[in-house]
Amino acid sequence: MDQTATRIDPANLPNHTHVTFDDGITLECGASLRHHTVAYRTYGMLNADRSNAILVCHALTGDQYVAEPHPITGKPGWWDAVVGPGRPVDTDRFFVICPNVLGGCMGSTGPLTNRELPDGTVIDEPWGTEFPPVTIRDMVRAQKRLIDHLGIDRLFAVLGGSMGGMQVLQWAALYPDAVFAALPIATAAYHSAQNIAFHEVGRQAIFADPEWQNGQYWRTGRIPARGLAVARMCAHITYLSEEALTRKFGRRLQNAPKDNTEAINLFGEMFEVESYLRHQGSTFVQRFDANSYLTITRAMDYFDLAADCGGDLAVAFKGTRTRFLLASFTSDWLFPTIQSRSVARALNRAGANVSFVEFPTDKGHDAFLLDEPDFHRALAGFLGGCAIHAGLAATA
Amino acid sequence: MSTLDPVRFLTKNMRVDLALIADMIAPGSRVLDIGCGDGTLIDHLFQTKGCDARGIEIDMAEVTRAVAHGLPVMHGDADIDLEHYPDSAFDYVVLSRALQAVERPREVLRQMLRIATRAVVSFPNFGHWLVRWQLLSTGRMPMTATWDRPWHETPNIHPCTIRDFFVLCEAEGYVVERWLATDDGGRRAPWRRASRLANLFGEQGLFLLRHR
Repeated sequence: MDQTATRIDPANLPNHTHVTFDDGITLECGASLRHHTVAYRTYGMLNADRSNAILVCHALTGDQYVAEPHPITGKPGWWDAVVGPGRPVDTDRFFVICPNVLGGCMGSTGPLTNRELPDGTVIDEPWGTEFPPVTIRDMVRAQKRLIDHLGIDRLFAVLGGSMGGMQVLQWAALYPDAVFAALPIATAAYHSAQNIAFHEVGRQAIFADPEWQNGQYWRTGRIPARGLAVARMCAHITYLSEEALTRKFGRRLQNAPKDNTEAINLFGEMFEVESYLRHQGSTFVQRFDANSYLTITRAMDYFDLAADCGGDLAVAFKGTRTRFLLASFTSDWLFPTIQSRSVARALNRAGANVSFVEFPTDKGHDAFLLDEPDFHRALAGFLGGCAIHAGLAATA
Repeated sequence: MSTLDPVRFLTKNMRVDLALIADMIAPGSRVLDIGCGDGTLIDHLFQTKGCDARGIEIDMAEVTRAVAHGLPVMHGDADIDLEHYPDSAFDYVVLSRALQAVERPREVLRQMLRIATRAVVSFPNFGHWLVRWQLLSTGRMPMTATWDRPWHETPNIHPCTIRDFFVLCEAEGYVVERWLATDDGGRRAPWRRASRLANLFGEQGLFLLRHR
């Protein structure tokens, strides 16, 4: 593992575009933050009547760099295939906003930002595990502040996959009049026991790393890279399907690396899939904070939209005028189609206007991020249809 | 008016029976099209009549095509998914050429008239003279332009005749507000006033129903 990745270098943290709100936000847990910052990126132009804004919500390990090279890794935007000029979410036509979630580690307030005392003074020490537990609803309420700050009354669309889809559902339930179209992709209205179980394995991997130091790893400057990498490796398996792993790696072997950081290479060779997972783990720790990972996985685990409405999801959407597109993928076993279908049925019960498609693919949960032409055509077509109903001009 | 041109074009290219169905639907109404295919009818109803038209379709490729055209269509099954809609959610529910293919036609009709004030139903008529003649003369399952799949391949598991359908409507307490028989292309056939003749010469039946 790259040794530079296991140290915190504050000088290396990029300066993210952000806005800070000083009038306080009370979280669902009861704790209040006197100040909170929302880091975000925008693409395209807001039109004169501010009616062409699309909010993109990122997933667990995503961030606001949806359609441009990442400032740390240099890799293309995480949804480059979907958001950009001429893409399904066409930035020549729409004004796209992508915020980093509350609890994240790319500039929004989270465990990595400096801690605030109850009187509001900010001290020169990160929140770490002292950061209050946040929920998907808290994330959405923080995003609403950003949208208000940008002077937008109604978003033309809110879209996102996985945890991003949870935020979309929460947006549509919490601010129905501010969302013309909602596109929850490869998601669910609650985190299942199986989902929570995989998250717990990841969290335990972080806790088990001696460098975690009870979450106060900034004291030594060494991060729990090994634990976070294992958490990522475990999670990554859940993002893929067995077919995709077989197609990409099969049982092929390769020579094990000779460097001393990979201590456990028992027989001088390794399966390609092992190498791939190690790579996924080691690149992840360069850009993600372990305490953020703990905070955000917990927020997903807490998510249960129906529970807030006496157990009936239809109540959450009763009377909604928002137009919905639910999309799922055949080989996604982390957020399987049955979850999207049950959301679609709840929306039917609420009398909502809902489109629902399942796309055939062997790429698993990750399919929503990848090149899926049918999915992209459906996204573009749905947004185009909604634009007609919203009275949006063909060009911004 | 120039806006009429695309309408005429669309109507001309739409299945003729869909045009007859569209004639039965009042402008500005809320419509659910069950088995909507690629959404031709719901697009037509939105474009020409300003209807809030939505669709359910069981074939995922058709659903994808419809959504990619910007139409509100969801994947679903008439036998399973209608129960998830609230009472009187729509003014009309359409079931075009699909009644004979559902598992429980009577239950589907009940659901349709629960979730909508009116139901538009079309189905191929098994009482057509050619069907009768083929069964009588050859002693084998008929194969016609309308009934064009061998018995072991057909999705049409509940064929019925126009007279059968009248009997079912009577038993279930549905008022037949309008009905007509059509040929296989969906063109209106001239036997509207005589159901026995329609049952002999009509290749399809088209009904507008409501609760008594």
